[in-house]
This record gives sequence, structure tokens and C-alpha cells, in this order.
Amino acid sequence: MSEVVVGHDHHDDDDHHHGPAKGIARWLFTTNHKDIGTLYLWFSFAMFLIGGCMALVIRTELFEPGLQFVDPEFFNQMTTNHGLIMVFGAIMPAFVGLANWLIPMQLGAPDMALPRMNNLSFWILPFAFGLMLSTLFMEGGGPNFGWTFYAPLSTTYAPDSVTFFIFAVHMMGASSIMGSINIIATILNMRAPGMTFMKMPLFCWTWLITAYLLIAVMPVLAGAVTMMLFDIHFGTSFFSAAGGGDPVMFQHIFWFFGHPEVYIMILPAFGIVSAIIPTFARKPLFGYDSMVYATASIAFLSFIVWAHHMFTVGMPLAGQLFFMYSTMFIAVPTGVKVFNWVATMWQGSMTFETPMLFAIAFVVLFTMGGFSGLMLAITPADYQYHDTYFVVAHFHYVLVPGALFSIIAAVYFWLPKWCGNMYDESLGKLHFWLSFVGVNVTFFPQHFSGLAGMPRRIPDYALQFADFNMISSMGAFLFGFSQLLFMYIVIKAIRSGKPATGQVWEGAHGLEWTIPSPAPYHTFTTPPVVSDSNAHN
Amino acid sequence: MRKIGQASGEHKARAARGLTRLLGAGLGLVVMVVSGLAQADQLNMPVGVTDISRQVYDLHMNIFYICCIIGAAVFAVMLWSIIQHRHSAGYKPAQFHESTKVELAWTIIPTLILIGMAVPATGVLKAMYDTGGEDMTIEVRGYQWKWQYKYLDEDYNRTFDFFSTMSTPQAEILGQSAKGEHYLLEVDKPLRIPVNRKVRFLVTAEDVIHAWWVPDFGIKRDAVPGMLNELWAIVEEPGVYRGQCTELCGKDHGFMPVVVEALPQDEYDAWYASQLVAEKVRAEALSKTFTAEELMAKGEGVYGTFCVSCHQANGQGVPPVFPALAGSDVVTGELKGQIEKLLYGVPGTAMQAFGKQLDAADLAAVVHYTRNSFGNDVGDIVQPRDVVAVKDGE
Repeated sequence: MSEVVVGHDHHDDDDHHHGPAKGIARWLFTTNHKDIGTLYLWFSFAMFLIGGCMALVIRTELFEPGLQFVDPEFFNQMTTNHGLIMVFGAIMPAFVGLANWLIPMQLGAPDMALPRMNNLSFWILPFAFGLMLSTLFMEGGGPNFGWTFYAPLSTTYAPDSVTFFIFAVHMMGASSIMGSINIIATILNMRAPGMTFMKMPLFCWTWLITAYLLIAVMPVLAGAVTMMLFDIHFGTSFFSAAGGGDPVMFQHIFWFFGHPEVYIMILPAFGIVSAIIPTFARKPLFGYDSMVYATASIAFLSFIVWAHHMFTVGMPLAGQLFFMYSTMFIAVPTGVKVFNWVATMWQGSMTFETPMLFAIAFVVLFTMGGFSGLMLAITPADYQYHDTYFVVAHFHYVLVPGALFSIIAAVYFWLPKWCGNMYDESLGKLHFWLSFVGVNVTFFPQHFSGLAGMPRRIPDYALQFADFNMISSMGAFLFGFSQLLFMYIVIKAIRSGKPATGQVWEGAHGLEWTIPSPAPYHTFTTPPVVSDSNAHN
Repeated sequence: MRKIGQASGEHKARAARGLTRLLGAGLGLVVMVVSGLAQADQLNMPVGVTDISRQVYDLHMNIFYICCIIGAAVFAVMLWSIIQHRHSAGYKPAQFHESTKVELAWTIIPTLILIGMAVPATGVLKAMYDTGGEDMTIEVRGYQWKWQYKYLDEDYNRTFDFFSTMSTPQAEILGQSAKGEHYLLEVDKPLRIPVNRKVRFLVTAEDVIHAWWVPDFGIKRDAVPGMLNELWAIVEEPGVYRGQCTELCGKDHGFMPVVVEALPQDEYDAWYASQLVAEKVRAEALSKTFTAEELMAKGEGVYGTFCVSCHQANGQGVPPVFPALAGSDVVTGELKGQIEKLLYGVPGTAMQAFGKQLDAADLAAVVHYTRNSFGNDVGDIVQPRDVVAVKDGE
């Protein structure tokens, strides 16, 4: 367990001559981890709304059979950009924002290890996404080849704007790598005396492992898009069969990046849920050590399962078997995590504030996404599931009520610490129930349409899929508009609300809860002393 | 390390009894609902008409049931805890937080369950990879956005081939007329195979990656340019089986269905013989001289199949990606230039090299049609020999 006792009372002295700068300069030139965390979180929320609007365009077109609102060309641009923006613009920057806010406060560090690079890694992002979104207004349209941008559809057959897309991906990659280096440097070097690795909160552990994954795979993605750039402009044939290249090689390289990327989007979520459930169960996290080992195992396995995205591409039997077995094995460490969360809840003394509701929904719905993932791992069955709505249902279950719910839970959980006010609990619960119903109405029927044979990424569909698509579209609108309520609740809490105590939640443990709410601009300028008298061993 | 439980022994026993009941009820309900759903049409994977598709279905259902049982058990424990171990009910929290034995148990038991799943899956996969001993071979080639089926003889030489293109009218897609029963899942010319024969499919693509899928056969494979993938099926029941391209392949990805008609052997043989005759007629047409009317009629058909999705029925295209043919300099200009563009495509654009897809008679007809339609009025007559001349570099 990560419970710690703080020996000093003077760790949070706020040096007033070091307050925030005034006006826009505060945000442009800031090197403060809290300001940068705030920037990341608002940026990701903006991207979430833009990507969400794209999802609603998709669901509007799919409300009924036939082409009603958009043409297939624009539809493809919407599916592509929805995926890219949600993955690289919403989920990943939101986790980096949470890391910025929380890791220094949880470790007892005054700031991130590399504050200037921190500023740079954030400010690259608006330019990267500005560049990518601008392609939608270019002649020939934006990226339309799916977020997985398989060659040769993304090279020989791509719109001219693909070059801008490639540079946007390079910029996002640079930002992610810098962010990861910063997180690793902070966790390795800036822990307060006594904060040993096995006493760190799990959020720090999961982010440490995630950061290593990012450093390992973002350069692989950069390599893939650079080869695309050369194929498009400089006459190479990495991915062109006519020139001696191999389109399948693109997929191997992409998924060698892409599968660890999937875990990049879920490991920090595990850390968040492992903080919230013990708090509201008023009981220490069950199996802290096994949680750390399970996270590390999942990270390792993520490097040897990539080709399960490519079972239908035509690999030798031995290859198919290897990737089937290794993929199935991921269920073991993932199962350990779920069992540990349930064991933490067992015989706790639970209350169900909004963060806890989102965390419990995470455990249930992520587990369902895990089950469909296990089904997808079974190669012969995958031939039937592959590239159908069953896959769409699967990855939305792990990414929406998985990654996204954990982010929302984290915002409700730590918001009182950030702004000093409690959010409106009744509105928070309303937001939860609307989101919970919306997400299931949207994605559950997609399992059925997929099994019945509806391919993904199609703008129009056969008549037998009509009912499920209509239900799914209605759910999507419910879920989408509920998120405006989320924005209202957050802004309301920032502007007013019941003042929060330092500890905020009765069952909260950890260094971030020992400082006042709102957290002063500078915290832990003198390191706290962490005692292990109350730690798990 | 403290062991589980601050609750009294009696409390624990009651909890255990309640939990067992809850588990039992939950399991019963889940099994009832899922088996009901599984039987309902269009909610589940089709059982299909091949031995392989049935094995895949069984695999799918067994894993699904195992997942349901595990899920029901885990969620029942969680639900019980949520109901019983509430702060508002005055429940005092236990403080246990680790147990190596428990961790080992829930590592080892799932591993054993997974091995139990992997064994039958391995068997089915091996059977699927047994591609030898085929009775006939058909090459399946994906194009943007249609399928070409090439019947091969024992030496893998082409006997005849044809394209299979979606036949759903644009008016149905745009909501201008009522949608038919097989909306988007119907083609002008389905692939025909005999029942109870091992048919081997060699799957590849001409331009981008497509994927060929017939759900009722339990087979799907990507069609990758420069690569030949093998698939096979022994279809047991005559019928029409429908699927779709499942790999995003550009604008009309949603509009390239796969339709396979499995015929009894005698009907198949008769059809096959008629195709050989048609192939002979086609070969003869290459040296024939057509009238302008014949060319317009043939050309309109070819245009409707190969050109209309980009250049549109009215020849206006979708500029700038798909240029207009009406008033186009290429179409109203020198004949040789236009024929070359059709034969070899325009590199770096969506204009394909149709020389590989269409024969000289079809190309001549469609060239003639475009030069004399959409307000274009060139007035010359284009014959197959003109196309052959350009092809031979004259």
C-alpha cells in the first residue's frame, strides 16, 4: 500500500514572490506543473468535443440505411479523424495532464524534473492538431484512410493532404516522447526521501511504465510515417508491392507501435482506479505488489502480441498460433487487476460519490471489453469478428467506459484539490448515470450488428442492421450531450462551491491530500518526510 | 499481515449463503438470456454451411459462455459487496490487503481456463490451414470497388473471368426509391461454385488492400496487392451467400459486396459450359467491327460498371479528385491519348489502368460512349482494333 505519513508541517509553504504571472503570459511561458497540467486537461477536453462532434456526424449518417447527410468520401474523413483525435488528442493528453498535476504532488516533489521541456511538449500539441484539422479544409480533403492508415491506401491512393498529416504525427510523437522523458526523470529522481518505489501510489507506477512504452514505440510510429513520406514524395517503395515493397510490412510496423499504444491508453487508468476504489471503500488496495507486477507484465506482453490485429492478413500457422497464445495470456495479469479491485471493495465500507461510481463502472465495463478482447484473441473466431462492428464495440468498451471513464473519475476525484471547491454531487451523479446509460446504449448493440456481419468503416449498411444502428445513434447523442453537463459541473466547481478540506475525502491517503485545497502554486519546496510506519509491509 | 475478516463467523456464514444464492440466480438468468439471444437471428454469428463455419461457431459460443460465467461470478461478488458493505449501512471496513495464496490462485486458475480454450482453437485453426486436395481453384482479385473472379484450370491458367459489381441502384442509396430486400448485398454477377467440392480461393488485390468475407463459410482473408492468400471451403447446401469487403479500401468500401451462389453439381456444370461459350464469343468480338449504336449500348453498360462511381452518371465527376468527362480535353481530344489513359491509368491519381480489367471491345465501346455522351459530340467511331493498335504501340 502507498499510505504515507508526513512528518513535517512546513512542506507546503507558498512563496508568494513566486506566484503565477498575469494574463496570457502565465499560460504561454509557464513552467509550473500545475499550470501545464491544466493546459493539457483543457486542451484534451477541447479535442474530446471536436472528436465527439465527428462521432456524431458518423452516427447521424448511420441513423438510417441510405446516404442522407454526408458523402462516403467525407464519412471516411470523419472516421479517420475521430479516431486520430480521440487517441492522440483527447485520451493521451488528458493522462499527461493528470500526470503533470499529480505525479509531483504524489511523490513530494516541487515540480516536474524538466519544467521548460514540459512547456514545450504541451505547446507543440495545439500546432500539431491545428495542422491536422486544417487538412479537412484542403483541396481533396483530409486523411480518409482510417486511423490505422494502412498503405497503400495512405500512400499511393491518399489525398495530397497526407503530407500534413505525416508532419502532424511527427509533432505529436515529439511531444509524447518529451512528456515521457519528463515523467521518467521526475519519478526516478524527484521522489521525497523515504518514498521508495514500492511505496509510490499506483498512478505513478502505471505512468512510469507507460512512459517507457511511449519512448519505445513513438519512434517506431515516426519511422512508419517517414517511410510513407518517402514512398509518396521520393520514389521509394517500402510499402508498394509494384516496387518490391510490402504493404503488410506497414501493418507489422504500425501495430508494433499500435498495440503498446493501446496499453498506453489504459495503464494510467488502472492507476487512477487503484487510487479511487480504496479511498471510497475505506480500505487499503488489495495486492499492491501484484498490481505493480501485473502492470509490468501487461507492458511486456504488449510488445509480443501485435499481429493479433492482423490475423486475416495471411501469416503462417506457427505465427498465428504464437500471437493467439500470447494474446490470450494477457487475460491473466488483467484478470489479476480486476480481482484485486473487487477484493479491495470486499468488506470495505463503501460510499458512492461520483468518482467511485465512474470507477466501479470502469471495472465492470472494462472487464466486458476484456471478455470481447479474449474472444477476439481466438484466431479462428477472429476471422469472423475481424473488421466488423464487434471489434468497434470491443475497443470502444475499453476506451470509453475504460480510459475515458477513468479520466472523468480522476477529474471528479482530484478537482477539489485543484480548485479548492467541491463539485455539485447531485449533478455529478446525474452526469454519471447519463453517461453510463448512453455508453451502453451506444456500444452494446454494436456487438450484435458485428456478429450479424456488419463491417466497420462503412457509410451505409444492409437493412438487417437498421434497428441496432438506430439504437446506437440515439445512445451516442445521449452520451455526447451529457458531456456538456460535465463541462458545466467542472466550471461551476471552479467558480464556486463548498470549500474543500485538505484531505477532501474521508478515506483519502497520500501526499497530495496533506496539502491545503486548492493546492498552492508551489508545493513541497521543502521535501516532506515520508514515514513507512503505516505502509503495506 | 492480517487474515480476511473482522466480521463475525455467523455474519460470514450468512454472507456466504447469500452469495451462493445470488451467484446461482445470476448464473441462471445469464444463461437463459444469452441462450435466447444466441438463437435469435441477426444477433449472433451465423452457424454457416461449412464444417469449418460450424466449428468456428461452436468455438465462439463456448468461449462466450465461459466469459459469461466468469463475468457473472465476478460481478455477483462485486454487487454483493456493493449492497452489503456500505458505509451507510454502518459496515466497518476490514483492513486485509494482501494474500499471496489468493493471488496465486487467481493467476493459476485463469491460466488453466485459457489453456482449455486454446486447445480446441488450435485444432480448428489447423483444419482451416489444410488447403491441399482441392477440386478447383478460383482467383479472387479485389479492385476499387469490385471483385474479379478468375476460374483457373489445373495448371492455374485462366479459363474465363468476370467482374462482380454491386447492383443496388444509386436511387435506392439516395432514398429516391424503396430499398430492396438485398440492399447493398446484391451484385450483377455472383461467384458460382459447386456444392460439396473443395474450392480453393487465391485472394489478392490490384490496387489497395481489400478483404474477402463470406460469413456463412466462416472464412475471411485480406486481399493484399502483390500477395496470394489461400482459403478454402466445402459448401454443403445450395444457396446464395452474401458478405462484404471488410478492409477499408477508399470511397466505396461500403459498396463492394461479395455474393456467392452454391449450385448443385449438374447446374454448375451447365453454367460452366455456357461461360466457356461466352468466352469464345468475347474473344471473337475483339476482331469484329461494331456499329455506332452497338458501341453506345455496350459502352453505356461498361461505363455503368467501371466508371460511374467516380465520373458519375452525368459525366460531371467529383472535381478535383474525380475530373468531369463532359467537355474534357482528354475525352474530346485525340483518340490515342484517351485510349492510353484508359489502358495505363494516370499515375498518382485514382484513375486505374483499365487495360488489365477490360478487353479491347469493352474499352473501344466505353471510349466511344464517353466521346459521344454528356454533351460531348466527337462523332468518330472507335473499334476494338483501334485499342489493340494503341496497346501494340502503333
